[in-house]
Amino acid sequence: MKIIIPVKRVLDPYTQARVNKQTQQVDLTNAKMAMNPFCEIAVEEALTIKESGSASETIAVSIGTDKTVDTLRTALAMGVDRAIFIKTDSELDLQPLHVAKILANIIKREEAELVIMGKQAVDNDNNQTGQMLSGLIDYSLGTFISKFDLSADGTSVEVCREIDSGIETRQLGLPAIVTVDLRLNEPRYASLPNIMKARSKPMETIELSSLGIDTSPRIKIVSVEESGTKDRASKQISSAEELFSELNQMGVL
Amino acid sequence: MSALILIELNGSEVSANSRAAITAASQLSDSVDALVLTNDASNSSSVAALSGINTVKMIVDDSLENSSVEVASKLIADVMGDYKYLISGSSTFSKNILPRVGALLDVQPISDVCEIKSNNTFVRPLYAGNVMATVETSDETIVMTVRSTAFEHSGDDGSASVESLSASMSESNSSFVSLQESESERPELTTADRIVSGGRGLGSKENFALIEQLADKLDAAVGASRAAVDAGFISNDYQVGQTGKVVAPKLYLAVGISGAIQHLAGMKDSQVIVVINNDPDAPMSRMADLVWQVDLFDALNELNAYQV
Amino acid sequence: MERESIEYDVVIVGGGPAGLASACKLKQINPNLSVCLLEKGSEIGSHILSGAVFEPKTLFDLFPEDAKDCPTLKTPVAKDDLFWLTGENKSIKVPSLLMPKSLHNKGNYIISLGELCQWISEKAMELGVDIFPGFPAQSYLKDESGRVIGISTGDMGIDKEGNQKGTYTPGMDILAKQTIFAEGARGHLGKQLIKEFNLDEGRTPQHFAIGFKEIWEVENDKHSPGDVVHTMGWPLNEGTTGGGFLYHFDNKRIAVGLIVDLNYTNPSHNPFQEFQQFKKHPKIKQFLDAGKRVSYGARAITKGGINSLVKMDFNGGMIIGCDAGTLNPSKIKGSHCALQSGILAAEYVSKILTEENCDFDDLFKASTLYKELYKSRNFSAAMHKFGFYLGAAYNFIESNIFRNTLPITIKDEQKDCDSLNLNNPLYTKEYPTPDNVLSFDITSSLFLSGTNHEEDQPVHLKLTDPSIPLTRNKELFDEPAQRYCPAGVYEIIDKEGEDYFQINAQNCLHCKTCDIKDPSQNINWTPPEGGGGPNYVGM
Repeated sequence: MKIIIPVKRVLDPYTQARVNKQTQQVDLTNAKMAMNPFCEIAVEEALTIKESGSASETIAVSIGTDKTVDTLRTALAMGVDRAIFIKTDSELDLQPLHVAKILANIIKREEAELVIMGKQAVDNDNNQTGQMLSGLIDYSLGTFISKFDLSADGTSVEVCREIDSGIETRQLGLPAIVTVDLRLNEPRYASLPNIMKARSKPMETIELSSLGIDTSPRIKIVSVEESGTKDRASKQISSAEELFSELNQMGVL
Repeated sequence: MSALILIELNGSEVSANSRAAITAASQLSDSVDALVLTNDASNSSSVAALSGINTVKMIVDDSLENSSVEVASKLIADVMGDYKYLISGSSTFSKNILPRVGALLDVQPISDVCEIKSNNTFVRPLYAGNVMATVETSDETIVMTVRSTAFEHSGDDGSASVESLSASMSESNSSFVSLQESESERPELTTADRIVSGGRGLGSKENFALIEQLADKLDAAVGASRAAVDAGFISNDYQVGQTGKVVAPKLYLAVGISGAIQHLAGMKDSQVIVVINNDPDAPMSRMADLVWQVDLFDALNELNAYQV
Repeated sequence: MERESIEYDVVIVGGGPAGLASACKLKQINPNLSVCLLEKGSEIGSHILSGAVFEPKTLFDLFPEDAKDCPTLKTPVAKDDLFWLTGENKSIKVPSLLMPKSLHNKGNYIISLGELCQWISEKAMELGVDIFPGFPAQSYLKDESGRVIGISTGDMGIDKEGNQKGTYTPGMDILAKQTIFAEGARGHLGKQLIKEFNLDEGRTPQHFAIGFKEIWEVENDKHSPGDVVHTMGWPLNEGTTGGGFLYHFDNKRIAVGLIVDLNYTNPSHNPFQEFQQFKKHPKIKQFLDAGKRVSYGARAITKGGINSLVKMDFNGGMIIGCDAGTLNPSKIKGSHCALQSGILAAEYVSKILTEENCDFDDLFKASTLYKELYKSRNFSAAMHKFGFYLGAAYNFIESNIFRNTLPITIKDEQKDCDSLNLNNPLYTKEYPTPDNVLSFDITSSLFLSGTNHEEDQPVHLKLTDPSIPLTRNKELFDEPAQRYCPAGVYEIIDKEGEDYFQINAQNCLHCKTCDIKDPSQNINWTPPEGGGGPNYVGM
């Protein structure tokens, strides 16, 4: 069983997003970038499955300009077997529908039976790509998973999904796509020796233009602004009675 | 230009998310219908009573109890026909299904809409809400989820007609095994309507119990600042802030929290913010709708003893 | 899991200007050398903080073809003003004629040193240097003869109590024929090497300052790219020396900062608060009006000059840049000196690797770096010894009238950690509450530094004697760590009715001030788990 792990390079989640007023975009110039934390969890899960002997190969895939290679190298250093780099000439505004179409192409080509990916990227917070990909290639879908168990015969997986009302357990027939949530595992570090070894692992580069996928944007970002914190009325109160009466009036109790 | 709401039911109750979706839809279209996928035809009554709905479209089938996303997304895509909008409230229910519907319709969905600017222009959060983007879609059909905290919740004085749709259930390669409902006595932090949050001002783990007591009284979730977590008053799971959980409840009651920016970033979108603190200069106070400057323990004791 | 090891010809510790210049020069001299560079920050530049007005000549020496394309060299200094702030609203403009020659900045550029380092690191990678950010060198390795033979990186995945977590990953030994230490001011390995190899023998004690910096984005018509403002005086008063700066650079950005010498004497002095007050002075405030603060950071500066510069070579390696003390205190510039020291180290190391006869002292004494540092040898010491006004006067006379040719050397033998007077309530300084317009509190400042550390790991600020903060330091000085730390790491809090010395190690900005200023020399800064620390962008 081949496992594909799509990974995304994003602004480091501990870095504050800043808006460039001139370009009306989040300013990524010289900003610290990192692998999307949910993608790290996906990589870890794929490696755990491979180490248990249930997978034949793990393949990380990412899309972007040359710098995206860093993120794929991180996946390789964590232990993924090989990487596929879908190269774009410039920073395209690729949306989940485009990404899903590109990934669908690669998954078909590789005949991968299992796709493990993050439930969302912490930059655009769409939470869509895995679901859309499953629709395009008609794989079964398990979103927001916090537990993953492959059946003994290797034809299905049992997943626990973290949903608003609790934890739902479902059985998914393969081929399947799962999107991972925070509690699934704790990703390993890319150790220094493994970073060194990752340099010689195979990385295939595919020009996005060669795939013949229409990537014209469906959604245009008109403007962006930092939401910041706003000062409020700061009305002074002085007793529990006053507090409860105010809160009742505001209708929040 | 009609809109279809995908209704999310909790048992037979219509979820708050769906009620917000109706309000959002009414800003976009004069004709709003509701779609219910259920195994129980009697669920139509609570949906038909929602304000602002024209027609309730029911697809009833035994297999739709805990239905699979693969089946549900196909059913919805087939119903879309002439609808311009497909809208649902942001929840794990809709986030699971709607993007897959989008893929089947070749549409790029829009997540977590907070504001409607025009019939194709919306405001949505990026970067955990630190950036708000105004986006314009060029898709003919618009699929979106809306934040339930950003729109009023539609009431129950409607009388919609109910239409039963016949649909063929497709085969699914996945099946439901079990649902373990959250048993926490307190609401979950990220979805709670009310949160009582404590900071290092409380001084000790024992004193932090006063926060828990107040939370129980208000049927609220418990939160904490990073300083309180660092000091060992409560576990990391309760941390509200940039590096913890980002919350936007109706009521955020902060006790003994000075308000580091990283904390503010995690709760600034709360509807009503109350600060109880003995330091009038704490940054938190400027963010508050109500400020009670008082000894924390006096305040907590008074609040916990107060007969609502 | 076993520790692995790998061997290089040269390993360099620290991805600042000194280390990166050294790496590039080594590969330029001999492309066949294998060179590895480790950086503790999560990326090159993420732990770099500097003013910075930069003298570009050395960069052009190193990259004669490419330096002109360096993207951070885009704001040449246009105007150069020095103000003596005589009070919170008053100031005197120091006429250009009276400015010490070293403070003239014609031909220099306003840059981000972090961005410069990122650019040099790209050059280094093109030259074939292996660069590994996110991996601090935890300790250096020696053979039986006492020769330094490389470094080892720290283990990862250790919990608060020191136990291995599920993610435990052992560190790695990197062996090298020569090891170059370029950790910046008060490097933790540099400190051990200086002691072990007596590298400071015959030198006056090293002197340090703490430098604060913020970047502001402004929307007013006073922004004028290339303008440089330096200040002396207010809010620092007698007993505390230092100076302020404000640089206009591109994209409506302003770098504003205050440098506070760490030989200050008043234990209740709070350098962070002094900086916050500094911005309220009309000479500064006018440029920040209608602006938004976007970054904050602080870093110690090595400023003893040549009298304190340690011996830079030892058995198996070199110590260079601010780790050794190459900053020119009269210009308050260290970047070009750091680059030069890196180049010198590379020239020396490449020679001894081919077993050519070479004496580092000869090489150094013949260098322009030495000449520059020798000229400015009295600058800091005069300030320290004579106090601010007399010191400034001396420096003016020496540099502008005698052109630094006086055969006098002034020495300052007192260590910065020994300068505090006993805590005296009469001295007690109080600072106004932040106005959240120009002045801010530490927590909101820290947020802008992007500092972050894995939460479940051992505290990386180690106390030799855990009782000292609440005994000697509290009794004599009201534990000054509560005030000199620019990140609020150290606090005495009330824990169930008793004083407790809290170390908020997660907040640490890696500035090293605690390691320098603690009057009991009881705090040892050690590197936390790789990648931790500030995430400066463009600082």
